[in-house]
Amino acid sequence: MSIFLLFVFAVVVEKMILIVVLFTITLGVAAYSTYGERKIAAFMQDRIGPDRAGPWGLLQPIADGVKMFTKEDFMPNQAEKWLYILAPGAFIFVACMTSAVIPWGTQLTLFGGSIDLQVTNINIGILYIMGFVSLGVYGIMIGGWASNNKYSLYGAIRASSQMISYELAMGLALISVVMISGSLSLRDIAEQQTGFGWNIIYQPLGFIIFFTCALAECNRAPFDMAECETELIGGYHTEYSSMKLGFFLFAEYINMFISCAVISTLYFGGYNFPGLDPAWLGGLMGPIVLFAKIFFFIFVFMWIRWTLPRFRYDQLMHLGWKSLIPLAILNMVLTGGGILLFGN
Amino acid sequence: MTLAIFLTLAVVSVFFSLLMVFTKNPIHSVLYLILTFFSIAAHYILLNAQFLAVVHIIVYAGAIMVLFLFVLMLLNLNKDTEPQKSVGWKFAAAIAAGLLLLTFLGALKGSIQLQQVANADPAVGLVKNLGTVLFRDFVVPFEIAGILFLAAMVGAVLVGKRDLKI
Amino acid sequence: MQLTNRSVHVVNKKMNFWERIYLPAILKGMSITIRHFFMKPATVKYPDQHREFAPVFRGWHVLKRDEQGRENCTACGLCAVACPAEAITMVAEEREKGEEHLYKEEKYAAVYEINMLRCIFCGLCEEACPKEAIFLTDRIVPSDYARDGFIFGKDMLVEGTTPDKRIDVTKRQKHVQEPKWASETAK
Repeated sequence: MSIFLLFVFAVVVEKMILIVVLFTITLGVAAYSTYGERKIAAFMQDRIGPDRAGPWGLLQPIADGVKMFTKEDFMPNQAEKWLYILAPGAFIFVACMTSAVIPWGTQLTLFGGSIDLQVTNINIGILYIMGFVSLGVYGIMIGGWASNNKYSLYGAIRASSQMISYELAMGLALISVVMISGSLSLRDIAEQQTGFGWNIIYQPLGFIIFFTCALAECNRAPFDMAECETELIGGYHTEYSSMKLGFFLFAEYINMFISCAVISTLYFGGYNFPGLDPAWLGGLMGPIVLFAKIFFFIFVFMWIRWTLPRFRYDQLMHLGWKSLIPLAILNMVLTGGGILLFGN
Repeated sequence: MTLAIFLTLAVVSVFFSLLMVFTKNPIHSVLYLILTFFSIAAHYILLNAQFLAVVHIIVYAGAIMVLFLFVLMLLNLNKDTEPQKSVGWKFAAAIAAGLLLLTFLGALKGSIQLQQVANADPAVGLVKNLGTVLFRDFVVPFEIAGILFLAAMVGAVLVGKRDLKI
Repeated sequence: MQLTNRSVHVVNKKMNFWERIYLPAILKGMSITIRHFFMKPATVKYPDQHREFAPVFRGWHVLKRDEQGRENCTACGLCAVACPAEAITMVAEEREKGEEHLYKEEKYAAVYEINMLRCIFCGLCEEACPKEAIFLTDRIVPSDYARDGFIFGKDMLVEGTTPDKRIDVTKRQKHVQEPKWASETAK
């Protein structure tokens, strides 16, 4: 009995360490995404970008964090106090939760033991992510409504209708991937894509749909209608200041990081790369490969943001409902036909 | 252990449902309802039906409740604009609800014997088994439900179309 | 009437298939931005590096001294007369005995003020000056919180005596030519 308890304790400690490490990495990546965003924007506009804090401005995220914490924490007079406080917390909580099911690598061999590089391998990983993505709307909606400001409410409504619309196409694109792999577990999907068997080869259309929807779900340009500075003065976080605003902005970067991880896992082989065994370097090769892919996609996200102008709202809805959803259904039918004709 | 978790969850879900009914502010009401859905999803997980739990969250908490919240925020209901029904209406509503409850009780009486389900297959709620059951044993009701939804969708599109020429 | 040959006639034609799916246009745009990603930045890191101004740039005025460190200005008032914005005021005073090392001529400006908020940096004072005493330099007038701070007295205008505090105006001296009519009347 005591051995069993010890075993349980060891597993819990192992998972706790993994969760803490994962959290640190997620927050670190999100923080440095802000730096990367500004640098990439600068380079694309023939500028230099932040270069005052530390060498090449590398300490800029820390300076920003200190700034956020020390700014005045303002609350509108007529705001719903508790909901106003709850919203940013809910948003960042939901954003952080999704990282639990992503397989970061196969196994890490450490001190003679081995650790699964995934917090939990539930057999409905994809649905879990979809669930939390769909909950992400609440932080925005509650925040926008509780601020008691017209612009905030507009931003919240735009954000939520946009996210609901694009979730449908996203789910339909996902179904094709699930049909190919025959599993809802992200670990299984990643394991099936060893070598060159990446899903992007079988699902080019699905990938484009999923990628577009991921942009929309992250509220990033060209779909950043929700915070659209020129029309809504910042949208749902107009009335927020200090670290509450910081939470909103931070959660968006976390969302982007997780989206890139999901895209890499679903369509680009996850921790697999032809010629590189994810078990190399004591299992560290897997995470290295996956992170390389994630950083590439984060770069692409930013690249798109600094290239494309914002869609108009009706164009956004047209694209979502009249183009992406029919295309996703077509993709589903084609995938089904392909599986029927060629087997697996 | 399981019983303790179940009791906690049950108390939590009943508590939030009551809050949902008794709060004055409709937005708060919707938020409490969402919390209720979460506790119900936790019940599903307790029954090892992860698929149902997640689908429950996606469909109810993630989609339907968002739309509810959406409408309520746009209507901006508050105490001043709350429609006041007369006493007669309230009386009629109470009688109607009581009659409905009585009908349900009468229909359920005797038709259901509480059975011990602890010996059932614990894997029955997993995706694989659920899919098999849905597409093998209940394929006709499943497809009929699908057609029903399709019809509803077509109807919604027709209603939503602006200049319709039939 | 066409003012330039760059005007484009707007055609609201229906988009074809490739234009409607956006992707080719998006890829084209992305190729442009990635090209700029590797280009040399056009930034001049301002407080550290200064961009060279054009020789005609007219900024913060300087009241010159001669080689022996004496003020050139003789408070004749021609600059104040020439100034279209009426930004210059001065009070003249006679040079006392023992002040020959300070002022070049017998008369000098005890007070010389330019209101930088009025000044339009036209450079007419520079042209009017017969003694080569006032020049507009390539220094930018600093900002301030109150209006008082923009009335520059002699402490802000007269250059220092030590060589490192001298202000180089050779470019302006070359640039300031005698007006045409002056040479013509001389003939």
